[in-house]
Amino acid sequence: MSLNEETTRPESKVLLEAKGIVKVFGSGAGEVKPLKGIDLKLRSGELTLLMGPSGSGKTTLLSILGCILTPTEGNLDVAGNSTEGLDAEGLADVRRKHVGFVFQGYNLFPTMTATENVMLALDVRSALVVDPPAHAVGALDAVGLAHRAKAFPSKLSGGEKQRVAIARALAGSPSVILADEPTAALDSENGKAVMALLSEVAKDPNRAVLAVTHDHRTIPYADRIIRIEDGCIVGEERPGEKPAQATNTHATDKD
Amino acid sequence: MQANINTTAPLGAEAGGGTPKTVKMAGKLAYRNLFHDRLSLTVTLIGIVFSVVLVAVQCGLYIGSEQMIAAMVDKSEGDLWVVPLGTKSFDDPSLLMGHEKYAVLSTPGVDSAEELVVGFAAWRKPKGGTTAVLLVGSDHLRGSLKPYNIVDGSINDLRQPFTVAVDDTYFDDLGVTGLGDAAEINNTRVTIAAVTHGIRSFTTLPYVFTSLPRARILVDASANQASYTLVRLAPDANAEKVRADLSARLKDREVMEQAEFRKRSVDYWLFQTGAGGALIAGATLGLIVGIVIVAQTLYSSTKDHLNEFATLRALGASASYVYKVILIQALLSAVLGYGVGMILSLLIIWATKETTLTIVMTPGLAVLLFVLTIAMCTIAAISAIFKVTRIDPAGVFSR
Repeated sequence: MSLNEETTRPESKVLLEAKGIVKVFGSGAGEVKPLKGIDLKLRSGELTLLMGPSGSGKTTLLSILGCILTPTEGNLDVAGNSTEGLDAEGLADVRRKHVGFVFQGYNLFPTMTATENVMLALDVRSALVVDPPAHAVGALDAVGLAHRAKAFPSKLSGGEKQRVAIARALAGSPSVILADEPTAALDSENGKAVMALLSEVAKDPNRAVLAVTHDHRTIPYADRIIRIEDGCIVGEERPGEKPAQATNTHATDKD
Repeated sequence: MQANINTTAPLGAEAGGGTPKTVKMAGKLAYRNLFHDRLSLTVTLIGIVFSVVLVAVQCGLYIGSEQMIAAMVDKSEGDLWVVPLGTKSFDDPSLLMGHEKYAVLSTPGVDSAEELVVGFAAWRKPKGGTTAVLLVGSDHLRGSLKPYNIVDGSINDLRQPFTVAVDDTYFDDLGVTGLGDAAEINNTRVTIAAVTHGIRSFTTLPYVFTSLPRARILVDASANQASYTLVRLAPDANAEKVRADLSARLKDREVMEQAEFRKRSVDYWLFQTGAGGALIAGATLGLIVGIVIVAQTLYSSTKDHLNEFATLRALGASASYVYKVILIQALLSAVLGYGVGMILSLLIIWATKETTLTIVMTPGLAVLLFVLTIAMCTIAAISAIFKVTRIDPAGVFSR
């Protein structure tokens, strides 16, 4: 039995499950294998951190979990939907319906206000809402930014931009939020605020949050920490609990 | 900073009543992308405007030329034309053998016949010098082809012996200044009894109108000769049968329907002389230049916003959504460029209306230009779409 199954809250449910994920880029002498067999489950109501050194495969894994890259081997289920055999548009459909992203560089649309950035995500997700602008302002209010609703990204601080990005990720209520280094571009105070926000977001019993990070300041906000090195999961822990051994024996075997 | 959030309520549920609807932001994103970079937008619009104006002028010249070539045929009210064999156009006249009118009138199904004498003549200017003119002799009282757009004098004044009607746009060419001026046609003195405005010929030879008998005298035709015989059919007549009968009776002449003679005249001047080909080539060149400029600027704009398009894809936008944004950008550019281009084209047409350049803008041409502009910008968007197709949404993540 893995740590995953041992320590999760009984009422939580698996919203994302990756089994035996292998990713190979290139071939022959130029072959690179950033992921060597990853098993991973994201459960509702949890903020999971994925930590590891540069080149450990974090971003590749995040891309696969977000249905942006397809694994060379292995299976991925998102919110109960298998992604096996899906083409680029099929994967985009899964992203659209079930995955929200928060990027390190915010990736807000510079020509759109904070409200419009959220509305754009609603449009992409084909969300049905009664009053779109009010809905978007409501989403910004949820991240404490209603007063900046009409501001363009260039007028927002880094922390505010990341909050808008989180509001955008939440638009349409996806089951899984994937954050890529969400605090890397922020100062300490804003980094803490963003992590506190993601932690609150993760409390939703219908949502799981995974954040890829180098930043050790984020650890206090995590429900669970997965450590990855050289394409394998090498450890998993819950802050405050005794660290567990690597759960991914499968990966080790393959190496 | 304290996290002050309530993430589920506003996002998962709608407060208040009302019908849920989809959010439409693609148009706004396209609009903002377009207007965000004013310099790029200006370059795009210059390209489209240049193209619209060039195509408008070329097509306007084409239509103007066609209208000019066909003006005399269009003004004539005949169902069938009897013309000398091998006639290339209305402006390429020779004389029929004679007596055609009587053969026509005695053919079943014919209601009436009208003779026209058209011929080249030498116009001797009052102050010396000679120029060629195209003399048009018709029954100006009962016939269908007579001087129109009369701005000075009267058509009834052409009853006076050896009087003619000329167009005021040719005054300089004819060496006259207006009504009452005298000149010589083929060494016969004539007086200007009526002045028209805007009757211009494609060949640039001035039309000079006179009565049928006088025209015969001036071009040295016999009393039974004409250049063309216009045939009007009885209401219940079968045109094809009458045409066949006339063709059988009038050997060495051609019998054509009005539309056929019009087309022959237009085709001769526009295509056999190459003039129309040059106009069409100019319009095509305008379109190509427009496509290249718009494609280049749209591609450049797409490259500038590549990270945003990748973000859209990462957020789950379908490829068609991204294409839609690019196409809306192209269509917005097209509408703006068309609007400005049409205003400039109309200004050019207005500025040249008193010159020898006949540029015509018709509602049909305006619609055609709009369709062409939309098509041009849509084609131009293809390169940008290809660029976006190759976007790797994984590029939005830090490496």
